[in-house]
Amino acid sequence: MSTAPSSPKSQERIGVYVCHCGSNIAGVVDVKDVAQWAGRELAEDGVVIARDYQFMCSNLGQELIEADIKEQGLTRVVVAACSPHLHEATFRTACQRAGLNPYLCEMVSIREQVSWVHTDRDLATAKAKALIAGGVERVAWHEPLEPLIVPINPTTLVVGGGIAGIQAALEIADSGYPVILVEREPSIGGHMAQFDKTFPTLDCAACILTPKMVAVGSHPNITLLTYSEVERVDGYVGSFLVTIRKKARYVNAETCTGCGLCIEKCPVRVVDEVFEAGLGYRKAVYRSFPQAVPKYPVIDTEHCTYFQRGKCKACQIFCPTQPKSINFEQKDEIIQVEVGNIILATGYELFDCRRIPQYGYGRLANVYTSLEFERLCNAAGPTGGEVVLRDGVTKPKTVGIIHCVGSRDSKYNSYCSVICCMQSLKFAHLVKERTGAEVYNFYIDMRTPFKDYDEFYQKVLAEGVHFVRGRVAEVTDAARHPGEEGKIIVQVEDTLIGRQRRIPVDMVILSAALEPRRDAQEVAHKFGIACSANGWFIEKHPKLDPVATMTEGIFIAGCAQGPKDIPATVAQGAAAAARVIGRIHQGHLALEPVRASVIAERCSGCRICNNLCPFNAISFREDLGVTEINPALCQGCGTCVAACPAGAITGTQFSNEQVFAQIEGLLMLDFSGAPRGAAVRMLEPALS
Amino acid sequence: MSTNGAKPKLAMYWAASCGGCEIATLNIGEHILTVDQVFDLAFFPCIADFKVSDVEGYPDGYIDLCLFNGAIRSSENEHMAHLLRRKSKILVAFGSCAYEGCIPALANLTSRQAVLRTVYLDNPSLDNPSGVLPQTTTPAPEGELTLPAFYHTVKTLDQVVDVDYYVPGCPPESHQIWAVLQTVVAALTEGAPLPPKGTILGAGQVAVCEECPLARHEKTIPRFYRPYEIVPKPGLCLLEQGLVCLGPATVCGCGALCPRVGMGCRGCYGPLPGVVDQGARILTALASVIDVTGKPGDNEEELARRVQDAVSTIPDPAGLFYYFSMAHSLLHRARVADNQ
Repeated sequence: MSTAPSSPKSQERIGVYVCHCGSNIAGVVDVKDVAQWAGRELAEDGVVIARDYQFMCSNLGQELIEADIKEQGLTRVVVAACSPHLHEATFRTACQRAGLNPYLCEMVSIREQVSWVHTDRDLATAKAKALIAGGVERVAWHEPLEPLIVPINPTTLVVGGGIAGIQAALEIADSGYPVILVEREPSIGGHMAQFDKTFPTLDCAACILTPKMVAVGSHPNITLLTYSEVERVDGYVGSFLVTIRKKARYVNAETCTGCGLCIEKCPVRVVDEVFEAGLGYRKAVYRSFPQAVPKYPVIDTEHCTYFQRGKCKACQIFCPTQPKSINFEQKDEIIQVEVGNIILATGYELFDCRRIPQYGYGRLANVYTSLEFERLCNAAGPTGGEVVLRDGVTKPKTVGIIHCVGSRDSKYNSYCSVICCMQSLKFAHLVKERTGAEVYNFYIDMRTPFKDYDEFYQKVLAEGVHFVRGRVAEVTDAARHPGEEGKIIVQVEDTLIGRQRRIPVDMVILSAALEPRRDAQEVAHKFGIACSANGWFIEKHPKLDPVATMTEGIFIAGCAQGPKDIPATVAQGAAAAARVIGRIHQGHLALEPVRASVIAERCSGCRICNNLCPFNAISFREDLGVTEINPALCQGCGTCVAACPAGAITGTQFSNEQVFAQIEGLLMLDFSGAPRGAAVRMLEPALS
Repeated sequence: MSTNGAKPKLAMYWAASCGGCEIATLNIGEHILTVDQVFDLAFFPCIADFKVSDVEGYPDGYIDLCLFNGAIRSSENEHMAHLLRRKSKILVAFGSCAYEGCIPALANLTSRQAVLRTVYLDNPSLDNPSGVLPQTTTPAPEGELTLPAFYHTVKTLDQVVDVDYYVPGCPPESHQIWAVLQTVVAALTEGAPLPPKGTILGAGQVAVCEECPLARHEKTIPRFYRPYEIVPKPGLCLLEQGLVCLGPATVCGCGALCPRVGMGCRGCYGPLPGVVDQGARILTALASVIDVTGKPGDNEEELARRVQDAVSTIPDPAGLFYYFSMAHSLLHRARVADNQ
């Protein structure tokens, strides 16, 4: 029951390699001294060679290690350099080339954890030594590991039929592999289908989107499941088993021709809160929009007269197909599909502008959200593209557009929603073009990066749009001055002239923030990935791995990962597809063998760990009364290892022996320069 | 081990302990007759009149089996530990006090001075107007009187002498004691192999839950309750109901006696094999299942407050999680100001 493991260290031949990283490390740490110290002081712990080198990660640096493994018969390697995140794979591969199992290599971070965070050269050097001593003690306990090989099912599931999901699905399908595309709404298209024009080129959103939608609908490699939701995900990368609920459409897709007669004959008009953003109507049997893919309508049972009162059936009566395509008896269908990889492209939701009551949305008729305005100026929208006030006839003479509504505001969302500046500029241009009105843009900072964006800003400036820099305090209909009666007044501090201004307008457009889907957390849990504090899906690496997640086989694309514009969304959809296609081409995947496992004979089935796994790798075997970990799902995070009160879960590379040995090593020297063991002895007075 | 047909020698000694271990040992029922048949008593202050001088007179290694219970609290305890180590072939740290420190070692959360103050000065049933405290030497007309020194820190037996085996429990269960005695008897009389040195005898390999009949599910615990605050639902895991139960972090062997009657396991059988710190284990386990599930955008201070609220329903975490294992834990003792 001692904390000091009886180390197998004396048998190992350990090489220690200390990297200068140019001046990144050597500028603060005396790397030569560290290497010499390790060779001298850690000799009895198995260190047979210790070197320092300018750039360990260079080919020459790696060759140094390889040569030592072969010539000195090293059985363990410790590289003291940058973070394992960056170069662990490099040094493991170098070991492997020299015939050493790659998992017998340990990286010690003396850049991120030492040179970059310290300025005192002596103390930093001492800390580097302590960390290396920890690494040396630890590496002696490493075990040779073999990667876990799993086959990859070539079918891919794409969740979400917006432009990100559409792009991903098409890329994979075009390269010859099957795709199952699941969309919650009756049609694919997502938010982009609701837009009129796209910035900065002002091409028609529908014109560029619908060909892709049609391509998805008719692609032989794509199985399209609209009006469907993923219920459950089992399995792991390469062989997921996904349970999907196909909600009842009450329309038989095999026989329906999409003629639309049922829609025409349906007597019920319902405000369309989804596609028309509440500005227009649809029927109880409906298609989201004319170019919807698939073409089959759905019946909204909440509003359908037959479902509510048991009679009507107009749609069925007038359906011209034989047999009738309307089927009131249809039930939700649960299907299961096997896929190898999953791309989540579930998009965003618009900030609810009612949450900022002082902006008057929902109270003042002529305050619009950005999505409402998109529908208002859409040629296929409720007004046929006429920009008019709520009365349906009056054209506004003055329009105010407020940026950053619910974004960059610590009360709502502290992040920038990325698209609002450009979207607001687009609105300004469209208002000018359609009505000739005076337009005021109220902005905090104008953000127009990326290709042709600032040019668009210049163009809108040249069109005579007014720009007022300042966060709007209030939008009100309470007139205070002559000329304000009957208007909506925008109260704002113009920070460029340092004055309060009241600007009367006829119409206000709120550029609402992009927010994560309200069920994003639930979806993330279902697929075993994580959400950031703001609620967006977290990517594996913010710069270098933006579409992968910490869960193997689950990729993300589009606004579900964070606010972004259409080009970036499309790029991510394609990027996720490329990652998946690469996987499929390999045919199999070698998983990192750093995994947790339950020692069944030590598990008492207390079930503490059962709901802790962020990757759903843990399951309880009722028949055996013990918990099991699926090695292909486990990502080696160690949460369960730490939580197990019985010590019955062990993590490869993070065993108790390894961790305690590392601590022993860290305590080997104290920072006053006292000889080894001093720090441990400091604890001893408590014992005597 | 015994030679010339003489019976092997048995000793049982109490250091800082309550005597419960002796009671539990005598409670093995009719098996006590077998013990009497097999062994000669060499030292057993609880039931037979031996003197320390008798033990001092034995040759080294004279005692075949010494069951040593009680923690090392005073210089006398330590002296006896060294003496019995020298005189015994097999020295067993018997019971929680000798093995882990147990209740006496909770004094490691405070200081020697504070303990003496509580016992000799602040105790409401006490009349000590001149504030007399025990002294190691006191002059008296008859000569100098001596008392053992009272240590600042309580230690386990293996922290002062080499120990061959451990028997956990407060006290060890009688059927387990008998099983241990049988193992040793088999070795002494039939030459059966002894378990490897350092083995924990008289306990299982898994947690108390293995022996617990209560139904267990996934756990999320919004707050904890003290035993008097709720009446637990029968048949359901106590921890899931918010009653702190150290069963998951405690090695089995007792038969889950406490949880069976609605009282959470206190952890007297100690940690599982390979676990260094029982208290830390239950701490991380409970921390993992405290349910203050937040959602994105939740105020961090609010979340921290909710976590704190849940945690503060455990009034004495150190005393609860290290009820039995304080001296043997990684912590060993709390750092207090007046240590001497």
